Amino acid sequence: MTNATLKQLSQQLAAGEVSSVELATHYLDRIEALNPQLNAFITVDRVRTLADAAAADAARAAGQAGLLTGVPMVHKDIFCQQGWKTSCGSKMLDNFISPYSAHVVEQCNAAGLVTLGRANMDEFAMGSSNENSFYGAVKNPWDLNAIPGGSSGGSAAAVAARLTPVATATDTGGSIRQPASHCGVTGIKPTYGVVSRYGMVAYASSLDQGGPIAQTAEDCALMLNVMAGFDERDSTSLERAREDYTRELNQPLAGLRVGLPREYFADGLDADVAKVIEDAVAELKKQGAQVVDISLPNTELSIPAYYVIAPAEASTNLSRFDGVRYGHRAADYKDLVDMYEKTRAEGFGAEVKRRILVGSYVLSHGYYDAYYLKAQKIRRLIANDFKAAFEQCDVILGPVAPTAAFNIGEKSGDPVQMYLSDIYTLSVNLAGLPGMSVPAGFDRRGRPVGLQIIGNYFGEAKMLNVAHQFQLATDWHTRAPAL
Amino acid sequence: MKWEVVIGLEVHVQLNTATKIFSGTSTAFGAEPNTQASAVELAFPGVLPVLNKAVVEKAIRLGLALGSKINQKNVFARKNYFYPDLPKGYQISQMELPIVEGGVLPILVGEEEKLVKLTRAHMEEDAGKSLHEDFSGMTGIDLNRAGTPLLEVVSEPDMRSPEEAVAYARALHSLVMWLGICDGNMQEGSFRVDANVSVRPFGQQEFGTRREIKNLNSFRFLEQAIKYEIQWQIDTLEDGGRVEQATVLFDPDSGETRMMRSKEDAHDYRYFPDPDLLPVRIADEQIERIRSEMPELPAAMKARFVEAFGVSSYDAALLTGSRATAEYFEAVAQASGQGKLAANWVNGEIAARLNRDGKDISACPITAERLTGLIQRIADNTLSSKLAKQVFDALWDSDLSADAIIERDGLKQVSDVGAIEKMVEEAIAANPKAVEEYRAGKEKALNALAGQVMKASKGKANPAQVQDILKQKLA
Repeated sequence: MTNATLKQLSQQLAAGEVSSVELATHYLDRIEALNPQLNAFITVDRVRTLADAAAADAARAAGQAGLLTGVPMVHKDIFCQQGWKTSCGSKMLDNFISPYSAHVVEQCNAAGLVTLGRANMDEFAMGSSNENSFYGAVKNPWDLNAIPGGSSGGSAAAVAARLTPVATATDTGGSIRQPASHCGVTGIKPTYGVVSRYGMVAYASSLDQGGPIAQTAEDCALMLNVMAGFDERDSTSLERAREDYTRELNQPLAGLRVGLPREYFADGLDADVAKVIEDAVAELKKQGAQVVDISLPNTELSIPAYYVIAPAEASTNLSRFDGVRYGHRAADYKDLVDMYEKTRAEGFGAEVKRRILVGSYVLSHGYYDAYYLKAQKIRRLIANDFKAAFEQCDVILGPVAPTAAFNIGEKSGDPVQMYLSDIYTLSVNLAGLPGMSVPAGFDRRGRPVGLQIIGNYFGEAKMLNVAHQFQLATDWHTRAPAL
Repeated sequence: MKWEVVIGLEVHVQLNTATKIFSGTSTAFGAEPNTQASAVELAFPGVLPVLNKAVVEKAIRLGLALGSKINQKNVFARKNYFYPDLPKGYQISQMELPIVEGGVLPILVGEEEKLVKLTRAHMEEDAGKSLHEDFSGMTGIDLNRAGTPLLEVVSEPDMRSPEEAVAYARALHSLVMWLGICDGNMQEGSFRVDANVSVRPFGQQEFGTRREIKNLNSFRFLEQAIKYEIQWQIDTLEDGGRVEQATVLFDPDSGETRMMRSKEDAHDYRYFPDPDLLPVRIADEQIERIRSEMPELPAAMKARFVEAFGVSSYDAALLTGSRATAEYFEAVAQASGQGKLAANWVNGEIAARLNRDGKDISACPITAERLTGLIQRIADNTLSSKLAKQVFDALWDSDLSADAIIERDGLKQVSDVGAIEKMVEEAIAANPKAVEEYRAGKEKALNALAGQVMKASKGKANPAQVQDILKQKLA
């Protein structure tokens, strides 16, 4: 049961081999046993979970079960979930019980999925290491000294440690792909606008996108079928016909054109990571894929562009956390301004404050053109790079991060070093493209390394096809850490 | 020194949509505090704005009425500042690309028409209200108003007197009501005016330093505030002082303006395009459809009234002061075929009575049909003007038709020559002195005799006929 995939669990439930309550109990017990080491969860509510599981069993008994009814899952603590604490990893929302549910949560509930708990994350999704959580750092299940990646570190660690078959996550600059890579699990960030942002606490609105993390590409496809879909409550949600993301899984890869961007294999890429990617490419070639040399010349500019645009949007998205209506409010203050200042000084962590300051600065009078507008221009250049590249290839392959997971504390004192590690993921968000990470090997220290697959707009089914065919031929995704 | 006043106005027009600009929450006024505030207005984590398309339609209406350019791509921007009644910490407004740019609004100052240029009009959300009373030292927040759609209409600094500023505000007020995009209720804050006021030595090209008077919610306060502000600025300058750029508030009790914040305290609003909302795109067809659905505008209607009903330009301007008045007038003028008479009565007695009773034309006790009945009886000489006034009073206080009142009160004008001759003869017989004077060349004496006849007829004799017959008999 422990290593079962979403698909297998769904089949076992359908066959009556296991009940939802039994499954939930199994995972809750594992969480209870292993989470103290990993710190992957912010909230677990056994009573509530078991009640939901019992309801799922009842629905099944009444003949009302869908494909995923009764399967347990975990939500990143960024998705508002009615009746659950939705902290977003912040002291600011430590006391916030959401009165409503995000579109993603509604969709999961409607599909009959049972929530096991709420995954730890970098505060307000700002971070690449999960060291920025008010609830403490998440540990990498493969090596408790290593970071799990961020910001969806709790989601990735929970799936890797088999504390859940699947978890929701969000990706603003790599926050699904990078922790998936570091934890040896599969994660996909869809095209911007495919998954509704309604009820997803906003970090950088023009970049944020929800997606699943699971063991396999097939599970990701099944989850994306649940999570995706037009939502009129999000003006950036795309009104498109519903897709079945599993539809291309079994297509052979013969003739697939795979682009390898030169810039992703230049200086700074760890040799072990490079080797893992080369081997993965070789495997795909073996399956009939053709390799195309491509260039994404503005890749380096994605770091300054991202670290202007994302903080700019964040600085105003986080203005609502003012202590007036909900969330943390300072205990003692002498007037309104003092209340704001103390509340926000106490409620936000250092990285969040850093980004609010940077964002406020780049939007301020006299600097807007030099920073924000220029970053938007770079953003267009980056999108154009991809447009040109996709004239030559069907998918782009590369590393997710320059190295496997680094140690906890290794970069936390140097934000710029931390930001530079996002080099291969940021441009996908800036262009609004879909991207995923697939387990492809390990580095010399035994830490997982993921292969990044970047698709063209709405290319999710194709990317999942490539990942699935890769997983049929390899077993990296089946490896689990010893805990 | 002689000073010239320069005034520009920014008017916040609340649009009368059923729901808020970025959510499906009702906009109805007067509900219990915070009962009309959804998760969107409360700015819960994760909520997102969705544009109410009716707001765009109403903005386009105003733009077309003002002859403005409609920006077919316009963009919402965040205006960032902290205040407890602004739950998101930013107001969604428009900055670089507003929906409406340019245009002119004709205003009437005395009997002079002047054209005031518009800078722009943009869509934005209203804030909630901070209630500083009744909470013993604390502040209450009511978010019912938060998210109510506003059009902020900005004029060029084209006005040169408080009277012009008031005339502009009145003209815009009547236009937005004419177009049916705003209920115009100033007490409820549906139409709020900010006035930018400066003075400069007459003949100087550059503008003086302006101060902005915020949130004036009546035409009277607008006028008082501007007058006070002008005098304050002139006094300050003549005393050798300087006017510093500032935002001020008007206190209706003291009649004075006082500083709210100086230029140094001015916010850096850090405007940038709101990433939660896509640019608003307006198709040619949408503009053309709205144009085809537009009511006839005041200026066109005014010209038509002059042309079709022969009323004076001044009267036509008054008649087109509101759509309801114009429609009332047109109904009477059409049905009676008496445009000038209709104009005189609508702009005269009707306006005066409504004003006396504090009523709007829509609440006029005399329907257009009943006024038509009166005018017909004037036109066919059934009623003298004096009797008409009497019938009008009765119309105002009852539901009867003019004819029924004439019948009931026996107010028909007497035009029967025999009856008038009889009364004239009696008057001549009873007033030998006046007869003598008239015959001695004192024309006025005739009026005394005519007065006697009118009195004898209880006012019902046709005055023209009385005069004629008197002259005949005394010849």
